[in-house]
Amino acid sequence: MAAFLRIKGFFNKLFSKKRSRVGIYGPPNAGKTTLANRIVRDVTGEALGPASEIPHETRRARRKEGVEISSGSGNKLMIDIVDTPGVTTKIDYHEFLEYGMDQDEAVARAREATEGVAEAMHWLREDIDGVIYVLDSTQDPFMHVNIMMIGIIEARKLPVVIVANKIDLPDASPQRIKSAFPQHPVVEISGLEGNNMEALYSKIAEVFK
Amino acid sequence: MIQGVQLDMLSADRLSKMTSYEKIRLILDDVHQGCVVVLERGLTPEEQGKLLEATMMEIAPGGFSGIEIETYPSFGGDKGLFGKLFKKGDNSRMMVIGPVDQLKMLSREKDRLIAWASAAQ
Repeated sequence: MAAFLRIKGFFNKLFSKKRSRVGIYGPPNAGKTTLANRIVRDVTGEALGPASEIPHETRRARRKEGVEISSGSGNKLMIDIVDTPGVTTKIDYHEFLEYGMDQDEAVARAREATEGVAEAMHWLREDIDGVIYVLDSTQDPFMHVNIMMIGIIEARKLPVVIVANKIDLPDASPQRIKSAFPQHPVVEISGLEGNNMEALYSKIAEVFK
Repeated sequence: MIQGVQLDMLSADRLSKMTSYEKIRLILDDVHQGCVVVLERGLTPEEQGKLLEATMMEIAPGGFSGIEIETYPSFGGDKGLFGKLFKKGDNSRMMVIGPVDQLKMLSREKDRLIAWASAAQ
């Protein structure tokens, strides 16, 4: 009986192996949803959510289960992708008025955005097994929110791939991101144009295996 | 009466006697009153995450809009044996936290932060 239970336990473990939940994190407007859509579209042909130039377009974490990532060398990895709201320490509804929203709409968006950021932090603390940290290559990577998030990811000992996004823009400087975080793998891509996605998939398969 | 910004400078010794919750509550209460808080020893990454969550819960459109938080950035990671042996970590660095509508970081360098603070409107 004991031997039977041991064998049953082994097969249960084998077939119910938990898929890693990989969270896409980063500051607002770094291109997280564009990247999530690119990855999910490449694999399943679907999109995960709408992206826009207005900050905090994503105000709820969105999950896509069972995304199979294949590396160039033929390694395959099944993960759940979680697209999260942009992390920031401040949200002012006046910012949204500049994009043509009326006051009620802007206030509602600000409220939802604050809940979204808190939710993203909660996911990171409880439910995420690895992180793709997305940075806009045209922006200063030393912003405190980035230093803080990488610090939290390191303290939780989560595997991380840093994405230097928007390399298609003329003032992109992915080298600054590499200098800022030399202790972590950095992959230069354009999520919008789909540039260098194969390198990213290889790195994801290697780091989150 | 002198017009200006109140600075609340907390020593590492005082911070070491406080729980994470007490530190976060003290910081947010100070910031709500328009103070700039300077911590001799910064918060741990976990505490910073909790501060961020608490800040989000307290943002009110038209009122409190969040915090500005800065510390010296970490450059180059831990290089070499001595770096690893004598690792201090980011939480040993001084940290400045203030209301976002009153504190603005002008520049951040490896060993220098320049900020501008204004009195509450």
